[in-house]
Amino acid sequence: MSAVVKAGGALAEYTDERLGIAPFMKRSLNKVFPDHWSFMLGEIALYSFIILLLSGTYLTLWFKPSMTEIVYNGSYVPLDGVKMSEAYASTLNISFDVRGGLLMRQIHHWAALFFLVAMTVHMLRVFFTGAFRKPRELNWVMGAGLLTLGILEGFAGYSLPDDLLSGTGLRIAEGIVLAIPILGTWLSFLLFNGEFPGLDFIPRLYTVHVLLIPGIILALVTVHLMLVWHQKHTQYPGPGRTEKNVVGFPLLPVYMAKAGGFFFVVFGVTTLMAAIITINPIWAFGPYTPDQVSAGSQPDWYMGWLDGAVRITPNWEWNIGNYSISWNIFLPAVVLAGAIFTALGAYPFIERWATGDNREHHILDRPRNAPTRTALGVMAIGFYGMLWISGGNDIIATTFDLSINTITYVLRVAVFVVPPIIFIITKRICLSLQRRDHDKLLHGIESGNILRTPEGEFIEIHLPLGDKEKAKILGKVDHVPIALESGVDENGVANPKGRTARLRAKFSHWFYGDNVYLPTAAEIEAAEAHAAHDYHEQHAVIDDFRGLEITSEPVLHSPAIGGHESNPHQH
Amino acid sequence: MSDIATPGTTADEHGHDLGDLELPNGRPAPAPLPHEPRRADVDPKAARRAERQVSTMFIVASLLVLAFLAAYIGIDKNVVIALPVIGTMSASNLALGLTLGLALFLIGAGAIHWAKKLMPDIEVVQERHILESSPTDREEAISVFQAGATESGFGSRKIIRRSLITSLVLLPLPLVIILRDMWVTPSDSPSPNELLSETIWTEGERIVTDGSYRPIRPEDIPVGGLVNVVPASLEKVEEAEGTLNARAKAASILVRMTPAEIRSQQGGSAEEPWDVQGILAFSKICTHVGCPISLYQQRTHQLLCPCHQSTFDLADSAKVVFGPAARRMPQLPITVDSEGYLVARSDFQEHVGPSFWEQGAS
Ligand code: HEM
Ligand code: FES
Repeated sequence: MSAVVKAGGALAEYTDERLGIAPFMKRSLNKVFPDHWSFMLGEIALYSFIILLLSGTYLTLWFKPSMTEIVYNGSYVPLDGVKMSEAYASTLNISFDVRGGLLMRQIHHWAALFFLVAMTVHMLRVFFTGAFRKPRELNWVMGAGLLTLGILEGFAGYSLPDDLLSGTGLRIAEGIVLAIPILGTWLSFLLFNGEFPGLDFIPRLYTVHVLLIPGIILALVTVHLMLVWHQKHTQYPGPGRTEKNVVGFPLLPVYMAKAGGFFFVVFGVTTLMAAIITINPIWAFGPYTPDQVSAGSQPDWYMGWLDGAVRITPNWEWNIGNYSISWNIFLPAVVLAGAIFTALGAYPFIERWATGDNREHHILDRPRNAPTRTALGVMAIGFYGMLWISGGNDIIATTFDLSINTITYVLRVAVFVVPPIIFIITKRICLSLQRRDHDKLLHGIESGNILRTPEGEFIEIHLPLGDKEKAKILGKVDHVPIALESGVDENGVANPKGRTARLRAKFSHWFYGDNVYLPTAAEIEAAEAHAAHDYHEQHAVIDDFRGLEITSEPVLHSPAIGGHESNPHQH
Repeated sequence: MSDIATPGTTADEHGHDLGDLELPNGRPAPAPLPHEPRRADVDPKAARRAERQVSTMFIVASLLVLAFLAAYIGIDKNVVIALPVIGTMSASNLALGLTLGLALFLIGAGAIHWAKKLMPDIEVVQERHILESSPTDREEAISVFQAGATESGFGSRKIIRRSLITSLVLLPLPLVIILRDMWVTPSDSPSPNELLSETIWTEGERIVTDGSYRPIRPEDIPVGGLVNVVPASLEKVEEAEGTLNARAKAASILVRMTPAEIRSQQGGSAEEPWDVQGILAFSKICTHVGCPISLYQQRTHQLLCPCHQSTFDLADSAKVVFGPAARRMPQLPITVDSEGYLVARSDFQEHVGPSFWEQGAS
């Protein structure tokens, strides 16, 4: 035992004498974490958040959240003598007069973009694998909350430097607040301490950005991770994996080394990006003034869908007596956005109701094995994508020299038409992948090598399925739709709950009705015996053709086609 | 013993045989695969090579930290360098970022390499316990709770319960009320909709260029031209108020077309036209959500907002011809003063900027 390890042991002893945490430590250090690349997405989100906390704290040392006008005379010559807010001037100082300041700003901005990408993709992973199902619904809801807060936090940060782009973003946000019926005008006046832009909004936003939202995010992330810890991670189907175990690597040493190392990798990559790629060059946009704008200005990527929704909504406004409802703004920016995030948070409960599935799930679904869910998810991505494209309609118009009006009309239709088409296509693909899995179990993998038998027949050589892949397919958990019951009870009286029950059964059929059931163990055994027989025949043919180029090595050297002699666990 | 088992065994931590591990679909669970040793597990040379690789990464990371210090001290913050692909970049930013970024990256990559090549890669199976507690535990917990709740009298002492709930429901009220003064208003302050409905344009207010505050004569503007303008008093108002609020509402544009091209205007009569020889004045603030409009196509007389592409026909009362905006761009009635400079006849007759709930009342 090396001295370092001994010293660590002594420290543990010291701590335990005072806290009595040995049992906890023992359990924790041995805790097993399954390994899969897609499980790193959540980690990237976490690490980006830590990077944001670190880099943001540095920025607070120099940033002045003040809208008071001053005349700039710092190192950035093109803006020398220009009137601007202190917020903007201090951001210029961070960029040009603080050594390493620009690096911190760019790390902060890149990390913000990664944070939101990682959270989004992590959420998609959780969605498409069904990891949100019982018992993990609460963690899904927290995740949806974190994503919402992350978007708000990013927008708040983007608005702080008070450059032309960020001010224009705030102006739009104020216009959206004004469009809220009844309360909007007052809300806007409260937020801005009077009219737009006033002098108080950036200081207020600053508190929200550096304290309020990060605090809530930190609390939520902590609980989120505690739940992951307590409930143990889900795992993909595979060799040795069941609903009752976790297969992977223990926290100490492997997981700790990999996860800890990965934090440094994420931090390193973010820093390298900040070193070589300029992001948000606020000096090029100039200070904010409400009467100037730059054409083709775009928000950060995570706001693009909202911008797109606002762009393609027709100009509906109702005037009722003295009052007006601006549906053209309220609908896309408030109603739609609210509906999207509500549906997101509620999805696990909706699916559970619709499928009646009340089991605990620790083995993940491969997306193909839950075709309706997968299709719904891809459809949602398609809808989001259409909105996002709408946010760039002017860029599409100028790039491809098309009429902006035509593009907008097409997008207004596409946003409703494209998602259902995507739904249908995705579901079909999933089902055909399920059928392929079914066939693979029975016939092995098509090798692409064609053999001509002495009778002149052509047959394709099938290779046996690898054990790993076989385990992956066999690990599928079948979802069975709820049986359709009649709405009448045994006495012939209409059951008052019958309508809901029937509706639910219908939903569950819609959800799970197309499931392609895997062959039974007996069928697989029979098929494998048959394949072994075929193999001997093919082998004989190949023997006859010795000397010709035959490249189906794996078949020739495979010890046993079915693998069931060598592996008694299989059946 | 901890609850760690080697692959393939199906005993839990108490030594109970769990029997055949079954998936919920009734199929037996796929069997675990035997572990395959890595190069470094069997070949001491390979293990030593991996060790060298890992430590090299850590050593280079230390050197890079030193290089960071050197760059911090040695590189002037104002030096800009131009690089292929990357473009121009502050030399200091580039050097600091590359050294720090690579150092971080190498520390991380070293740790991961270490874990992958040299730490045990045998998968471990840990048992999962059902998350819900046993029925007895749950019942006991519930009965403890219920006993406590009964002892408190929360259920039986109705008057206490109701008065407590009432006070707790009322308690947030002060917290919300205090927010009212997020907008600090003197008692005679106009209401929000009055404020949103007026700008600093008044009768006789000189129209001056934005930026240089120069007054404008009609002959300064060619047909087809567009000028960004503000009221002459804006400079003083901004100085007095210290905000951009007045500018956010008063910013306007002048465009000139031949009088024959003008199909309609928002007001004016033959004696008191709202234009001056084909020069028209409009708000610059989009009626959608308030972006300043900047793109003008003189051939079609259309004004296009860069934010969401609302398009207005200035030759036809600035009506919305496309896009999400619902209201036309307000027109500012103008004329010339005794010295021949362009002035406003009055404030806008419709409110400028985004729509709001009480706009009809203004
Ligand atoms: C979830 C977390 C966060 C996100 C998504 C985020 C995002 C952003 C973004 C996009 C900017 C604009 C940066 C620019 O290009 O100038 C920004 C600015 C800023 N952020 Fe954050 N941030 C986060 C957390 C924090 C925290 C925790 C702090 C402080 C403790 C902080 C402090 C600042 C400061 C002072 C600025 C203004 C300085 C500047 O813009 O250069 N941020 N933030
Ligand atoms: S602000 Fe002008 S179109 Fe939206």
